[in-house]
Amino acid sequence: MGNVLSIILQRLALGLLTLLIVSIVIFVAVNMLPGDFAELILGQGATPEAVKSIREDLGLDQSLVSRYFGWLGGMLTGDLGTSFAQLNFQTNMGGGAGKTVAQQIAPRFANTMFLAMVTAAIAVPVAVTLGILAALYRNTIFDRAANIFTLSSISSPEFFMAYVLILFLAVLNPILPSLSNIYDGMAFSDRLNKSLLPALTLTLVVTAHMMRMTRAAIINLLASPYIEMARLKGMSPMRVIVKHALPNALAPIINVVALNLAYLITGVVVVEVVFVYPGIGQLFVDSVKIRDIPVVQACCLIFAAAYILLNLTADIMSILSNPRLRHPK
Amino acid sequence: MTDTLLEICGLKLEGRFDEKWNPIINGVDLTLKKGEVLGLIGESGAGKSTLGLAAMGFCRDGVRISAGTVKFDGIDLLTASAAVKRGLLGKRIAYVAQSAAASFNPAHRIIDQHVEGPTQHGVMSRAESEADGMALYEKLRLPDPEQIGFRYPHQVSGGQLQRAMTAMAMACRPDLIIFDEPTTALDVTTQIEVLASIRDIVKDFNTAAIYITHDLAGVAQMADRIKVLLKGDEVETADTRTMLSHPTQEYTKSLWAVRSFERPLKSPVVAGAVPVVSVQNIDAAYGKAKVLHDVSFDMYEGRTVAVVGESGSGKSTVARCITGLLPPMTGQISFGGEVMPADYRKRTKDQLRQVQMIYQMADTALNPRMSIGEIIARPVQFYLGLTGKAKRARVDALLEQIELEPFEYYDRLPSELSGGQKQRIGIARALAAEPKFIICDEVTSALDQLVAEGILRLLAKLQDELKLSYMFITHDLATVRAIADEVVVMKDGRVVEAGPKKEMFTPPHHPYTDLLLSSVPEMDPDWLTNLLQERGVDNIGDAAVGKM
Repeated sequence: MGNVLSIILQRLALGLLTLLIVSIVIFVAVNMLPGDFAELILGQGATPEAVKSIREDLGLDQSLVSRYFGWLGGMLTGDLGTSFAQLNFQTNMGGGAGKTVAQQIAPRFANTMFLAMVTAAIAVPVAVTLGILAALYRNTIFDRAANIFTLSSISSPEFFMAYVLILFLAVLNPILPSLSNIYDGMAFSDRLNKSLLPALTLTLVVTAHMMRMTRAAIINLLASPYIEMARLKGMSPMRVIVKHALPNALAPIINVVALNLAYLITGVVVVEVVFVYPGIGQLFVDSVKIRDIPVVQACCLIFAAAYILLNLTADIMSILSNPRLRHPK
Repeated sequence: MTDTLLEICGLKLEGRFDEKWNPIINGVDLTLKKGEVLGLIGESGAGKSTLGLAAMGFCRDGVRISAGTVKFDGIDLLTASAAVKRGLLGKRIAYVAQSAAASFNPAHRIIDQHVEGPTQHGVMSRAESEADGMALYEKLRLPDPEQIGFRYPHQVSGGQLQRAMTAMAMACRPDLIIFDEPTTALDVTTQIEVLASIRDIVKDFNTAAIYITHDLAGVAQMADRIKVLLKGDEVETADTRTMLSHPTQEYTKSLWAVRSFERPLKSPVVAGAVPVVSVQNIDAAYGKAKVLHDVSFDMYEGRTVAVVGESGSGKSTVARCITGLLPPMTGQISFGGEVMPADYRKRTKDQLRQVQMIYQMADTALNPRMSIGEIIARPVQFYLGLTGKAKRARVDALLEQIELEPFEYYDRLPSELSGGQKQRIGIARALAAEPKFIICDEVTSALDQLVAEGILRLLAKLQDELKLSYMFITHDLATVRAIADEVVVMKDGRVVEAGPKKEMFTPPHHPYTDLLLSSVPEMDPDWLTNLLQERGVDNIGDAAVGKM
């Protein structure tokens, strides 16, 4: 077991290192965006002096390196900084204390996580089950139908799938609400109800990938001697696949599931826009539009962390699914 | 009811390759009585495994049964429904595969796989079946029968797994077991234990068996009757003793004759001669695990040194040290009297050229995307700097040396060659560098006997022509007898005995050499029985434990 523990610790350290490198890339890339916040809010008639004073206020006049370390230090202590937009609003309108980036992002991120989890709760079991069935009934009508259906849903643009679902489930048969305006303090059931249409749309988007990997990983093993042995022991086809093939096919399946979960957290802007779902994706796009650098950087870092963490989890679970590593000689 | 258990009539099997159905078995008849053991002999490609599976009503993908009937205890397996067949498989007909290591599911413990048959077929409860499994493990002389089932397959050695698989086949007390080359993948000493335990358990439970193999001596110990197959046709069938003493067909006689190839003894090494390769006091380790302890031996021009030992004895590690792939911790390798750098990266091109290797699995040792010509031309260009026409001429000459027609084989891919031909390409590639010394790592162990003999004869011919030195790594003592001049016996990373072949094969031996020698099956049906009596049956299990 010590073996596995050391592998996990090693992966964890590598994950942290990756995150550090990613933070540099994010910082440099975001600061290379053309135009800056000061010029953007002052408009075309901005005097150089006004621009300069705003830049000084926001610390944009300091060197890139010192700004990076300031930002990194803040990140490490949990301070994601203050949104430029909020700061601006506060100074101009004389309002109360502005929201920090953390306060701004937290509810949005929670919403995104909620949507991702609802989607995963539907998509992962559906995809794996479909994959198993497709492997069991490979090259039959069922297999082809499942493939064609999932492939066409992944090939169509997300907004198109979203509108098709709205048409059938909200307009023609008003079962589900077409708008997902979620707010704090909503009951769980309401929240679930409102999130269901976007979750279904996303399910259609991610299922194909996971299903096809499950099918391929299982079929890949069907020529193995131990599968033949199970069949020669008179085991039913279903048992052969679930009991004998699936446990050995877990590693690639887990990896694809993790990749798709990461996508659900980071890549769902279009679906959020269609359903007016207040997730982190919309916040991110809005912040890029107005060059609200602290928010953009924080979002990027969260996305990167989500990717790294999910892949790390997938790695660790793959390791744990391998009896050779779990039970060394 | 008669006592016929299995009846196969006019069975024809076809396999799909080259985009059409080709015959594999052209009409074979077979009957098996209850409790009878039938040996099925043939070279690889003779269709014996396919026939064995067809006897269970099972075809691999790309194989179909085109004619004939398979009746098991009155049930026609070819027309029976899948559910009926599933009810028989595992319960009344069981299968023991060639490689137990590959045929046990790596994700489940051995006992879980053992009880699966009985519980799913409703023969026993899990607890009963577990207890029965342990009893079978004990009967098959597995060490620690109470606990061994709770390990995962990768935690158990190959010989033990093969016995655990036999136990698994016995789990439902079937009427018929198909053994598909159950000892091929094992060391000689392990093979005996497995042979003995299979034979005992089959006898004790009065189970009928089809014993598929290409090992004639092995089958002689096991079978009541032997059937010989050649390219999908039956050659002859007879009771074991008759078959061994009076084979009627030419092919069978040629099979029996294979073991007679033996090179004449060479005169002893001239005193004071400089060895081509000298291994001096080598210690080597993989990471922290030390695998070689003070290994020394010399190899002389035009002679063959056979390095013998079981898997794990360190014989391949010595080869890795000589080639420089694994620099030894202490000790040195000299070549023609000069000490060579330990690491191959520090050797000159000429030093590298002098040491070449031929591998066990010709399949994996040849690049599948390169043509035969390219494979052989590569070292010709790399070591000798030949290009263009000179290169082509050299490759053609090499192909002729290994008795393959250059015109026909130059542009072929490895996948278009047979196993024996691929091994010949491996030899040509080694020769292309014009070395003085070639390491042959189990080069014949993946080949059928007739083909293997062809390779041995070719190597012998090349040795005489080119004054080559061979280091011949093998666990097969018949090969040693055939080709070696000197023998080095290794065990647990140490040389236990070394000397000229004649001395090795005449007593007195080192006890371990003795064990190895006496473990080589002989073509006498009473050999195993006598040997077991000689050793005392219980000692076999002990010997196994001591070895592992």
